Amino acid sequence: MNITTIITGIFLTMGCFFSVVAAIGVVRFPDFYSRMHPAGKNDTLGQTLILTGLIIYEGFSFISIKLLLIIIFIFIVNPTATHAIAKAAYLAGVKPWEKKGSK
Amino acid sequence: MSFILTFIILFSFWILLSGYFDFMHLFLGIISSLFVAFISHDLMIGDVNIRRGFKKLLRFIRYLPWLLYQIALANLDIVYRTLHPNMPIAPRIIKFKTDLKTDMGIVTLANSITLTPGTVTIDVKNGEFIVHAIAEKPAEDLLEGEMQARVKIVEGG
Amino acid sequence: MFNASAIAIVLATFLVLYRAIKGPRMYDRALAVNVIGTKTVVILALIGFIYKRPHFLDIALVYALMNFIATFAILKYIERGRLD
Repeated sequence: MNITTIITGIFLTMGCFFSVVAAIGVVRFPDFYSRMHPAGKNDTLGQTLILTGLIIYEGFSFISIKLLLIIIFIFIVNPTATHAIAKAAYLAGVKPWEKKGSK
Repeated sequence: MSFILTFIILFSFWILLSGYFDFMHLFLGIISSLFVAFISHDLMIGDVNIRRGFKKLLRFIRYLPWLLYQIALANLDIVYRTLHPNMPIAPRIIKFKTDLKTDMGIVTLANSITLTPGTVTIDVKNGEFIVHAIAEKPAEDLLEGEMQARVKIVEGG
Repeated sequence: MFNASAIAIVLATFLVLYRAIKGPRMYDRALAVNVIGTKTVVILALIGFIYKRPHFLDIALVYALMNFIATFAILKYIERGRLD
């Protein structure tokens, strides 16, 4: 048990927490547009945290550079894909859900 | 200029992915990077003014800490809304005009809106943003326009 | 440690799979499939560390690219009804 392992463990735990919350959010929220919020934000952050933990565990090598590449790629691509799905749904005329009884 | 830049990027990518340093792999890498750079150097990097781009990059780096803070806030906000038993959400779609000029400024603003608490950009058309907000408070915060002012500083004159 | 995180993410993937099967509209399914794909990238990276085989990272990188393109292919198919 050295210090690197502990830091890696903290990062992995936080990343798993955010990933699981993103999954719960995708299942629980009532309409399509609300589901975009956990899918676009929490999921990206969860993956980034887990891969950052792996980089810290690995130290500096070819492997960590590859992991950094995956992180940058996911950070650019995941919000872009979310935008694309949202725009397609908006153009197809999906209506947002509104709370019943609110004015 | 763009030819050399493309070649350097492609070749460093080759070294990164292969991980071997013997003659055969380096030679094959140089040949294939040269070939691809020759075909597509005007696609990947257009005409860029390197000094202007560098200054813009510096201003963008100064914008990053605020963005990271907002990302952390956004995630905690979504976690709270997801795990709360009553789900305190009241989704709505709002539209507003922007006065940003360059494509890069609009892209930065759109991505920043997606990353900040409670709002996701749906579409941008002729300088009009269509944004989905998950509750009333984030929508009001966005319409106040603090973020737009910050992105304008990044965009510069 | 890596095993536990991999198991947690697999469980999360099953939760999202529920949405992908049930999702009332096509767009919900596309969103769920995108989320599953990005979780798969993380699982691949973790497997590479569990079995001490760094080559899995290359697969993860390629899978991330493929996931992005697959999302756009699905969207184009929904919109136009064909892929040419």
